[in-house]
Amino acid sequence: MSSVKTVVVALLIAAGLVLSGCQSLHNEPGNTLYQQLGERSGIADVVEDLLYLIVADERINHQFKGINVAQFHRNLTDQLCQLSGGPCTYSGREMRELHADMGITNTQFNALAENLILAMEKNQVPTAAQNRLIKQLLPMYPDIRHL
Amino acid sequence: MTPFVARIINALVTRRFILLLTLGVLSAPAAMADIGSRIWATGGVTTIEGSAGGGLVPWAMLGSYASDEEWGGTLALSRAEVDDYSLSVTGAGLNWNNRVEVTVARQTLDLDSLVFTLKNGFGLEQDELNQDIFGVKVRLVGDALYSPWGQWSVGIQHKRQRDFTVPSAIGARDDSGTDVYLSGSKVFFAAVFGRNLLVNATVRGTRANQGGLLGFGGDLNNGYELMSEAGAGVFINRHWLLGAEYRQKPDNLSFAREDNWWDVFVAWVPDRRLAVTAAFVNLGDIATLEDQQGVYLSLQGSF
Repeated sequence: MSSVKTVVVALLIAAGLVLSGCQSLHNEPGNTLYQQLGERSGIADVVEDLLYLIVADERINHQFKGINVAQFHRNLTDQLCQLSGGPCTYSGREMRELHADMGITNTQFNALAENLILAMEKNQVPTAAQNRLIKQLLPMYPDIRHL
Repeated sequence: MTPFVARIINALVTRRFILLLTLGVLSAPAAMADIGSRIWATGGVTTIEGSAGGGLVPWAMLGSYASDEEWGGTLALSRAEVDDYSLSVTGAGLNWNNRVEVTVARQTLDLDSLVFTLKNGFGLEQDELNQDIFGVKVRLVGDALYSPWGQWSVGIQHKRQRDFTVPSAIGARDDSGTDVYLSGSKVFFAAVFGRNLLVNATVRGTRANQGGLLGFGGDLNNGYELMSEAGAGVFINRHWLLGAEYRQKPDNLSFAREDNWWDVFVAWVPDRRLAVTAAFVNLGDIATLEDQQGVYLSLQGSF
């Protein structure tokens, strides 16, 4: 067997192991998205980690200068809670109006999406729940980018 | 101009282009804060023709991780080993603002067992075929992740056969040709058991025989034909993509029929700097040798 074949087979085996690992993650209790995110307290932890990542991220931290951190944390937690089907009501400003003068680029949008994924990973949110939450957030893309 | 002189000029032009692109890739990091901002594994990998995509089919995504305020680059080494041939590809690409991708690739096809067919049937002594491919892809509209209608790009691949003796002997009309393609790509979030699904469709106008390695045009057909290509994959997580691709091909030469290609692949993206792609490929009949199947392996570095 050639070395190329060996590597191909090794990668396929590794992919199979990853796949079977994912299958076992599926059988967790709590099947609504809100439950998978750890309800409001779990979402609050994700948002807190997200805030730390934003502050350290030179691509986007300037867009957050001067915000009321406690209010931002509460509003975003409520928003993600509501979007995931939880018993919360987002009481912040409308997304398009909020981002109107910020001139958010795709680079900045990607940076925030990356930080959100990293924050969810840090809090052991399963991959499927991460994907479902991002799917719920996608309709906001044109409002945030002001397209 | 003798073929020999033409070949040397060709080689010099190609070398210079590769050198320029390499310099561009190396100087790019100075112009950007860090490696690009696009989400992990969404840059595709480097196809056998240099353009970003899967293994055999170009996708609408542009190479590297450059987003709209960034530069990015890729370098890739790939090898396919099927029953009677092996193909090696070296490729490099640059991406400006996730708007324009410029690529160059050198393909070397080792003829292995075809050497005897050529010697006995045509009296030709040739053990490999080389081709250079210069590509440009432009993102027209959309973002594969965020736009409801996905991302749409157009591209060209200008291909120059460097060893035309064999293609000419088996009926190919030209030693160079330009493919034009339109690609649409879209990632559907949480589409398959909560996993993200990538779907890609490409339409290509081409006269190339076996992607150009057997020249362009032929006795059965000498004009452009539209070919459909497609790929789909599931992101198991942000490091692993499992998928398959299909590529329809023209059949221009009466010397040997040409089959469509398909592959099943797994891509491993440990971080933005590295992507490893492995695949089982089925290239069908190639130049009289039947049912060419085998493995494909590709390493890609991003900057």
